[in-house]
Amino acid sequence: MYSFEPSEEQKMLIDAVNRFATNDLRPAAHEAEESGKFESKLIDKGWEMGVLQASIPEAYGGFGDRSVVTGVLAAESMAWGDLAGSMVIMAPGLFTLPILLAGSEEQKDNYLPPVIEGNWQPYTAALLEKKFDFDPNDLTTSAVQDGDGYILNGEKTYVPFAANAKAMVVYAKMEGRTCGFILPAGTTGVNVSEERQKLMGLNALPFHTVKLNNVRLPKSQLLPGDFGPVLDASRVALASLAVGVAKAAFEYSRDYAKDRDVFGVKVAQKQSIAFMLAEMSIEIESMRALTWEAAWKLDTGKEDASKMAYLAQTGAADMVMMVTDRAVQILGGHGYIREHPVELFMRNGRGFTTFTGLAMV
Amino acid sequence: MIEFEVPEKIAGVMNVIETVAVNMMRPVARYFDENEHEIPWDYINFMQTATKAMGGGGTSMAAGSGNKEGPRLAYQRLAFMVEGLSWGDAGLYLCMPGGMLGSAAVAAAGNDEQKERFLKRFKGDTPVFDAMCMTEPQAGSDTSAIRATAVLDKETNEWILNGEKIFVTSGHKALLDSKGFIVVWATIDPSAGRRGMRSFVVEAGTPGVQVTKLEHKLGIRASDTASIVLQDCRVPFTNILGSPTVETSTKGFKGAMATFDATRPIVAAQAIGLARATLELLKEMLAENGVTIRYGLPRQKLTSVEKDVMDMEIQLRTAWLLVIKAVWMMDNGKPNSLESSMCKVRAGDVVTKITQKAVEIMGPLGYSREYLLEKWFRDAKISDIYEGTGQINRLVVARQILEYRSQDLS
Repeated sequence: MYSFEPSEEQKMLIDAVNRFATNDLRPAAHEAEESGKFESKLIDKGWEMGVLQASIPEAYGGFGDRSVVTGVLAAESMAWGDLAGSMVIMAPGLFTLPILLAGSEEQKDNYLPPVIEGNWQPYTAALLEKKFDFDPNDLTTSAVQDGDGYILNGEKTYVPFAANAKAMVVYAKMEGRTCGFILPAGTTGVNVSEERQKLMGLNALPFHTVKLNNVRLPKSQLLPGDFGPVLDASRVALASLAVGVAKAAFEYSRDYAKDRDVFGVKVAQKQSIAFMLAEMSIEIESMRALTWEAAWKLDTGKEDASKMAYLAQTGAADMVMMVTDRAVQILGGHGYIREHPVELFMRNGRGFTTFTGLAMV
Repeated sequence: MIEFEVPEKIAGVMNVIETVAVNMMRPVARYFDENEHEIPWDYINFMQTATKAMGGGGTSMAAGSGNKEGPRLAYQRLAFMVEGLSWGDAGLYLCMPGGMLGSAAVAAAGNDEQKERFLKRFKGDTPVFDAMCMTEPQAGSDTSAIRATAVLDKETNEWILNGEKIFVTSGHKALLDSKGFIVVWATIDPSAGRRGMRSFVVEAGTPGVQVTKLEHKLGIRASDTASIVLQDCRVPFTNILGSPTVETSTKGFKGAMATFDATRPIVAAQAIGLARATLELLKEMLAENGVTIRYGLPRQKLTSVEKDVMDMEIQLRTAWLLVIKAVWMMDNGKPNSLESSMCKVRAGDVVTKITQKAVEIMGPLGYSREYLLEKWFRDAKISDIYEGTGQINRLVVARQILEYRSQDLS
């Protein structure tokens, strides 16, 4: 059957996330972007909503089974508040979800409860590399078997919280495929840049480069499972975050257009603007449906789930660029001023084609 | 619970539809494109039997479905059928007996007596057609500019209709080739603007109604597009759909416009079927030429053709999901005016873009009449025009998202 209606439980979660996004995240977004950090009180509050915890089974300290659909619903609502804030709150998931999806029983027992049961702590993952045509299935960072363990070499970029993360999952190419390794803080041969990396957006996330110079890891650190489901988790997460950002940009510019006078009417009463808004809303609804379907396909193990997750990410990334660009355009000169959030939405919007691996649900 | 599983009952019907499309439509698609105004009776008669076996074909089936047991699927089922038949051929699909826009209008704005009287004709053994007469030479998207009049003759208690209608899909088949009916939009008070607008059922055989012309079109040539003149055409008082008096509000007009909430997703489904056919053929032709589409790669590593095909796939899937959402809402009694127009805009955009791009990508093969791509490019354009142009539907969407009335945004 078809249904576009979330379950009662999902509705309660969405309500809670919406409240947080409206009352906490959105009001803090501008200041966090300018100052480069969120208050830990706000991060804790976001963490306590339990979005990530709800996707980890009780046996590992969480309180539920992973539902990708629930994940994308929550991510969409949170990103409406702020993208960087959402990524901060969800960051420990970059560490726990790959372990849940690709880890051994022992790894799950060892690594999940300490992250999930406590307060928000910096855990992360290192996937991106500094090359224009970065391909998560064809990494430059390498891992080779060496006796009883592995030796890793390479350089990772845009690793959030790398400087003080207690552990991270690092991805490397081994025998032609992408593998994840659990890398505890302080491992010999790992060099995290002291300086934060500066990007066009996401200033509230501390990004660092991570260099791996003959890093030796014991056998127990390799995640034995496939990388595919991990990548899928990132693709739908980014698609849903893009929908959330786009919705925020659409609503802001719509409300502005209804308020702003021009030639004796409101600017929204001009077809050129009204049609832009109509098309924005249609684009958002389109990619939202595609993302939901991809998430549902992942949950139900459909054959084309990975492909649809890829297409959802691709489509949503194009959509969020289009919508956020138009939001700035509708505000005109005011859209270019940092007092309005639309320029931030647009900078965030441009990043989605690059953000692979920076969020997971 | 959010779900995207094709309901079993629909999946079963779709197998039949695909067989029909492959065996009864595709082989004659080119013939009826090149022999405009010839009626595809073999296909029509076959569909009459086939749809009866499936429990009804057109909108009359969806409207009459009073089955309260289990979830209602009538409009979802109809959308799937239309999508599947349009995959076979969009022009032939439009010749499907069993009720189209006329029945949809009766279903949306008629009372129980009218539904019974007008829709039962579709349940017989012979094919019956209906049609919607809205457009006039001077009035297209601006339906309030309609000049056709309906005057009540109080002595005989009949409406007298006068006016000229154009672009009537299946008008010929509804009036001359079957015992069908047309639904005519006319004003009962020319000074009242939209408030005076009503629709009337005119049955085949009624004196004073005449088919005056069949159009020659860019595409969907298997479907007849008629001009109809009404000259002192008398219909019973009870053939008016909606209130016979002019109210102070435009409620009557809006009620009639509610027809579109049901029909726009169905017209959008037609676009989707055609777009899917195009994309599938394009991918087949590319594969024959050694081009495979590499999903999962970063955009920077893709060829331009791969990017185009993936974009087309995204567009197609999203448009279809919007259609499904709109008919799902219809079946569940949720107001779907916004979603209905949204999916129509999207589907109209998508089918024109996909067919245009497919012809471009296939170059001389795409432009040749040896293949169906060029025909589908021509067939596709109508989806962005009828049942509300892309622009009118953008206006409907814009008003809804901005919470504007028509006088706020026109």
